[in-house]
Parts: sequence; structure tokens; C-alpha cells
Amino acid sequence: MVRKKITAYQIFSIFNIVFMLFIILITAYPIYYIVLASFSDPGGLSRHVGLLWAPIKPYTTSAYETVFRNPLIITGFRNTAFVLTVGLLVNLTLTMLGAFFLTIKGPRLKNVIAIMIIFTMYFSGGLIPSYLNIKSLGLLDSLWALILPGAISTTNLIIMKSAFAAIPDSLIESARLDGASYTQILIRVMVPLSKATIAVMVLYYGVGHWNEWFNASIYLRNGEKFPLQLVVRNILKLAGNSAMGSGAGMDEMAQLAELIKYALIVVTTTPILVLYPFLQKHFVKGVMVGAIKG
Amino acid sequence: MRKKKRFDLRVLGKDLKKYSDAYVMALPVILFYLVFCYKPLYGILIAFKDFSPAAGIWGSDWAANHGFQHFIDFFQSYYFGRILKNTLVISLTSILFGFPAPIILALLLNELKNEKFKRITQTVSYMPHFISIVVVCSMIQMFTSNKGFITYLLSLVGGPDFSLLTKPEYFVPIYVLSGIWQEIGWGAIIYLAALSGIDQQLYEAAKIDGAGKWKQMLHVTLPGISGTIIIMLLLRLGSVMNVGFEKVMLLYNEGIYDTADVISTFVYRKGLLDFQWSYSAAVGIFNSVVNFGVVMIFNKISKKYGEVSLW
Repeated sequence: MVRKKITAYQIFSIFNIVFMLFIILITAYPIYYIVLASFSDPGGLSRHVGLLWAPIKPYTTSAYETVFRNPLIITGFRNTAFVLTVGLLVNLTLTMLGAFFLTIKGPRLKNVIAIMIIFTMYFSGGLIPSYLNIKSLGLLDSLWALILPGAISTTNLIIMKSAFAAIPDSLIESARLDGASYTQILIRVMVPLSKATIAVMVLYYGVGHWNEWFNASIYLRNGEKFPLQLVVRNILKLAGNSAMGSGAGMDEMAQLAELIKYALIVVTTTPILVLYPFLQKHFVKGVMVGAIKG
Repeated sequence: MRKKKRFDLRVLGKDLKKYSDAYVMALPVILFYLVFCYKPLYGILIAFKDFSPAAGIWGSDWAANHGFQHFIDFFQSYYFGRILKNTLVISLTSILFGFPAPIILALLLNELKNEKFKRITQTVSYMPHFISIVVVCSMIQMFTSNKGFITYLLSLVGGPDFSLLTKPEYFVPIYVLSGIWQEIGWGAIIYLAALSGIDQQLYEAAKIDGAGKWKQMLHVTLPGISGTIIIMLLLRLGSVMNVGFEKVMLLYNEGIYDTADVISTFVYRKGLLDFQWSYSAAVGIFNSVVNFGVVMIFNKISKKYGEVSLW
């Protein structure tokens, strides 16, 4: 009787391992396919139908050369780098200021301000009023339109606040007695003690900036200001249109797009896929805090 | 019950002075919320007006029917039923299939004995979460085009051999399945954490009582993570009116509006492409109000469950 149950579980275990291998396969294969296609001969690839297990010969890196020479992609990288660094700086500063203010015991207006912040989680102006707001602030066609409206994510602020709240009050109070200002306490006490949560903030805000395309598409007109993902979207859209329509009559840009689309995906996705396994420990923690407090 | 504090300017002045450096810290934060959250909230007024950019928000004329003309137009239009139905169908299908998927994955990962294999599987399963939505959607388009490998595999088993995203009936399955592909690993994190929090002694006790693996799963594992499951489900149901707007924008095309057009994409097209500011803002408000109602209902329910409320 006991023997039989163990055997049933062993069978399950084997199925489980096979199933996990299947999960790995279907998760990784589409990405693997893109990498293979990016090194393949464009002519051979356009005739190819079905799965791909090796690049189609003759191998070529010409698509990558085209990608790295394309001025739009280079300015895209530069704009994203700007939005990422300046944006992160703004995000972290404002989020920590707000989170720390909400942890301080004493100020009478604290609850009013807290309610004012929480309220925005449930009511927002929505797309059109937000657009008109950016327009009236004169931020159209400026990279600041990608930084300022999202300077604080209230969910992240709450995650940050819960990290600060876990630090004993006595530390803040004794620093106050020593004559430290709140700004000094934030920099010297709170920040060093909540590094793990700050890493999570960098990851969350950072991924947001890296993937940003929609706001850019409505707020920016000038192609030289476009962040990377919007450039990618525009190029891939051209490629997509030509793939869906007939092959004939493709204009030059669409042909180029067809040629470089795989390499473009590899180039723009690699940085984040190389980074995330190293941050794994942090974001597992962050998801926990976020789910419980958010 | 706390006695309501009398509003006293002198007390407030003292408070502002005592905590002046704290308030200075809060100032940029307050400014941010005023300019980028509350000012757009005031902009909601345009839904009740016939907004013209030249006259400004306040200067524009009120809409007919006591300001509600745009709402009436929307409720009476053919689009109202379509986008409401699509929003709900996409959202509920996503919940029905997308919600249990990470739980099942977490339970199965939990049964893996080899720690290294478990970690590799997990790391790989997170990967799609970090690919940008722009790239994910173009991958979907490539692979489901008439030459794509997904279409090819489907045609081998007697499925269609044309671009799947040109037919309305394939949009929802593609949306939901790709969503599972992208988020299953990430979604499993929280359940794995809950699973590792279950007291191992409970399993020992169950074994002594003669419970097999299946019984242990039913009577120890599932009750151990049911709290997390309920909270996650309530959170998810609370956002039932929010469909992944960017993803729909990137995937849909005019040919499949019948199943793919949702409230937020409709607002986008009417407002920013057709410049019907007021009408589009009214549709947006309709969405916000329904959304708020839904959130409130599920928050009430989750408070009933006691232990953990949504905040």
C-alpha cells in the first residue's frame, strides 16, 4: 500500500520535470528564434516557414551593422539613457522624500497629505485631461514630459514608506536630539538602512523608463527626441505592415525594417535580460512587500 | 472616538514652525501631486463642456442637457456596448486562465527536489516579464503572421494558415495566452514565498496521520496559501476594468475592432486622433467611476476576510 503511493508520486515527479522542461522550452524558444533569425541570411529567412533550430546560412551580421549605424536608433539609446538616469534621480528623490515625510511622527498636516496622496490611486484625470495638462505646461516635445508626470508612483511610495516604517523610531528621535535635520536623517540614517528596498525602486522605476513608449508617442513629435522603445515600435510597425500586406510595393524603409527587425529586438532587449538575473534576489523581496502593502 | 480638534491657526502655525524642515521636504512631493494629479482632475470638467482649446477649460461652454450630453451620446452609441463587452471579455478571460496559472506553476515548482533545476526554471520563467511590451507585441505579430512559426504549428494540426491577428476570433486567445506566457513566472513569485512560509512540521504531522502527497497538498499546502490566493484574486478583480491598454494598442488593427477595441483604446482614438476632447473625456470618466465602484466593492469584501485588507 505504502509502496504503491511512493511509486505514484515518483511518476508524478517525472512528469513534473518533463513539464518544467516544456515550460523552459516555450518560454525560451521565441527568444531563441529571434536570436537565430537575426544572424540568418535575409533572403533565406523570408522564404523560410516554420521552426528554426539554427541560423539560415550564409550567416551574417549585416543587420547588426545596420542597426548600430542607424541614427534614429543611436539617438533613441541616448534619449532613453537621459530619461533613465535623470528620471531615476527624480523618482528616487521624490519617492524617498514623500515616504520619509509620511513616517515622521508629529506633523499635524501629515494625515491630510497622506489622504491627498492615497486619493490619487483611485481617481485620476485620465488620458485626455493629462494630455491637456502636459500641453498647458508647455512640456510637449520635451523629454521632461516622460520624466515629470510619472515622478512618483504612489504604489512605490507606499512600498518605500513601509521600509522606512520598519526602522525603529528611536533612531530618528536620538538623531533629532543630536540636532540633525530631517534631511540629514534621511540621508544618513534612512537611506543606508533601506538599501534593499531602494534597489527594488531602481528596478521598478528603471524598467518603466526603459520600456516607455506610449507617453512618448503622444507627447513627442520630433523624431530626434524619441526614446528607444518608440523608435523600435515605429520600425517594427513598418516591418509588420509589410509582412501583413503583399510583398510587392514595399518602400525602402519597410525593406530596411524587415531586414533589421530581429537584430533590433536583440540589441534593445539584451541589456535588461543580462541584468535581471543579478537583481533576482531583490525583486523577489520587492514583490512581497508590494503585494502585501500595495 | 476621538474628539474633533478645533481648527486653530495658531496651533497650525506652531506646528508648521516646529516641523518646518519636514514640511520643506514634503513640498516638492505635494507640488508633484497638485500639478500632475490634481490639475488633470480639474481637467475632467471638459467632459461636461464643449471644450475648445482656444476658450480653455473654464471658458468653454457647458454641454447640452445640463452638461451630460457627451455621456448621453456615448450611452446611446453603437460603441458603448461593443467596448464595454470587449473590455469585460478580455479582462475576465485573462483572470479565468491567467490567475490560476502562476498558482499551478508555483505548486509544481515547489515539488521539484533538485534546487538547482528549480532555480533555473524560475529564472527562465521570469525572463519574458522583462521584455518590453513593444517587443513582445511585435514578436506576437511575427509569430502569428502567415509565415510565423505559431501559425505554422497550428496549420500542422489542421488549424488556420493565415495571419491570426487579421481575424477577430483569435484576438482574445492570443491576448490571454501571450499574457500567461509573459507573466506566469513573475506571478508565481508571491505564491512560492507563501509556500516557503508553511510550517514544515505540519507536513510531518500529516505524514504521521497517514496522509499521502495528494492529501498533504489538499489539507496542508492549499490552506497554507489560501490567504495569499484570496488577496491576490481580490486585487485582480478590483482592476477588472483595466485592460492592458498598451498591449491592445500594439496588437489590434481596424479589421478586428469587433473583439479588440476596449474602453481605453476608444478614448485614445476619439480624443487624441479625432480631437473629440470632451466626448472622449466623458468616456474616460465613465470608466473611472465604474472602476472605483468595483475597487470599493472588493475592498469591502477583503476587509470582511479580516486578516489582511488591501491597505
